[in-house]
Amino acid sequence: MKAPEVHHWVAFTTLLTREIRRFIRIWPQTLLPPAITMTLYFIIFGNLIGSRIGEMSGFSYMEYIAPGIIMMAVINNAYANVASSFFSAKFQNHIEELLVAPIPNYLILVGYIAGGAARGLLVGLIVTLVSLFFTTLPIQHIFITLSMVVLSAIMFALGGFINAIYAKNFDEIAIIPTFILTPLTYLGGIFYSIDLLPDFWQQASLFNPILYMVNAFRYGMLGVSDIPVSIAFSIIIFCIIGLSSFALYLLNKGTGLRH
Amino acid sequence: MALKGIDLDVEQGDFFALLGPNGAGKSTTIGIVTSLITKTSGEVKIFDIDLSTSPEKAKSYLGLVPQEFNFNGFEQVENILLTQAGYYGIPKKEAAPRVEQLLHQLDLWDKRFTPSRSLSGGMKRRLMIARALVHQPKLLILDEPTAGVDIELRRSMWQFLQEINAQGTTIILTTHYLEEAENLCRNIAIIDHGSIIENTDMKSLLNRLDKEVFILDLKQPLPDNIDLSGLAIHQLDSKTLELELKRDDIINNIFTRLTQQGIEISSMKNKANRLEELFLALVDRTSPNV
Repeated sequence: MKAPEVHHWVAFTTLLTREIRRFIRIWPQTLLPPAITMTLYFIIFGNLIGSRIGEMSGFSYMEYIAPGIIMMAVINNAYANVASSFFSAKFQNHIEELLVAPIPNYLILVGYIAGGAARGLLVGLIVTLVSLFFTTLPIQHIFITLSMVVLSAIMFALGGFINAIYAKNFDEIAIIPTFILTPLTYLGGIFYSIDLLPDFWQQASLFNPILYMVNAFRYGMLGVSDIPVSIAFSIIIFCIIGLSSFALYLLNKGTGLRH
Repeated sequence: MALKGIDLDVEQGDFFALLGPNGAGKSTTIGIVTSLITKTSGEVKIFDIDLSTSPEKAKSYLGLVPQEFNFNGFEQVENILLTQAGYYGIPKKEAAPRVEQLLHQLDLWDKRFTPSRSLSGGMKRRLMIARALVHQPKLLILDEPTAGVDIELRRSMWQFLQEINAQGTTIILTTHYLEEAENLCRNIAIIDHGSIIENTDMKSLLNRLDKEVFILDLKQPLPDNIDLSGLAIHQLDSKTLELELKRDDIINNIFTRLTQQGIEISSMKNKANRLEELFLALVDRTSPNV
């Protein structure tokens, strides 16, 4: 008997479409809140407080923080999408649909990561459009801007995936974003240049991967950065390779999925 | 439940029953065959394709109807089927007519845009069968598909499964309704404490029954001076008798003797399902004394 041929491209697009359909169906939970939150950031930090701060690295404070705020939205949403979607699939047991189907593990990973990155990038686009009501966004290096935002979305989607694999309840998919991701994001140079920090904290900030993403993205838009962009790309690519290898290892092992 | 060296062959085209008490190892066996449970040793082949070395090929033959509802409760019925087809590499254009046909066959067409969580229990069971069949598997595994389903729906599902089997789909069924296994399956394995304790065809198994017990309903109350000596008959109440019929007994002789004494029998039925009696005897034999 000849086994039916399985078209992986169809399986991948099905998984990606399902993920996109999911976050669009629940848009009041996924797309609307970041638009509102980021608008508040622009009004409070950019407009009200920013007008008293003056220029930073040669740009108005609003212009300076805009890339970081966009990047923050991308990171948070890429992470949250995969963490909640994959954990829900585990929780409702419909992950079994994928585990029983003839889909290789790498494709399950790629499908979820693409779905998470899609939400991160869509939210990033929405926040970018919101930011245009408050400031201008001169894009100096389009390739760096786009590649950095896509790579960041992928990296944090991978983080969300690993979080969801280990999570045993909904609390455990909220712990990492609340206690690790949010502090790292706020300390990642979104609202300030690390040049303003004392030496010790400048050095400590260099261990925060989000600092590199925010600065490389800001460099793509404004042409200014606290760190060399090449190092940012090296770190993020290294992290993506490491996280995807680990996620695939967990999938192959069946951690949290197979008995 | 850990399995203890199970060796099980299911022929292509078979309708095979895998029975056992709760916790005997049925779901573990199915979990291993469907890759939901990682085996520690041994080999699983689906139509001669090794599940460990060629998992995608082997899995492409397989359709699973699990015991518990396991679809996304927020997805619409039609989308669940189209998504499932997509996982098996079937493009939407090709899957759509199959989905429509299955939804009609399983009487779910009117519910195609309903989120699955809003379906009744019976509809959810049918949706799981439709989902398992959307990619036209050669092997369909049903893990207690009719649990909690009313008798009318159960019978219509039996008919549907018999049609699927007649079209060439191999079916493995686990069930607690032994009447279901007896009616549907040609071959049977009984598993208990992680081991196969019986693996044979249904007919041979049923032939092993050395006695059957029948309930006889009488038209009139039993007279006081009735002579039932020599017959394995016990009176349950004034209008009901229990008859134990051994393999070599001739039922006509028993009826003749009752008729001669003016006893009229209005109906007769098996006290218990035949397979149920065998099943209990087999499982009882392997149970530890408690």
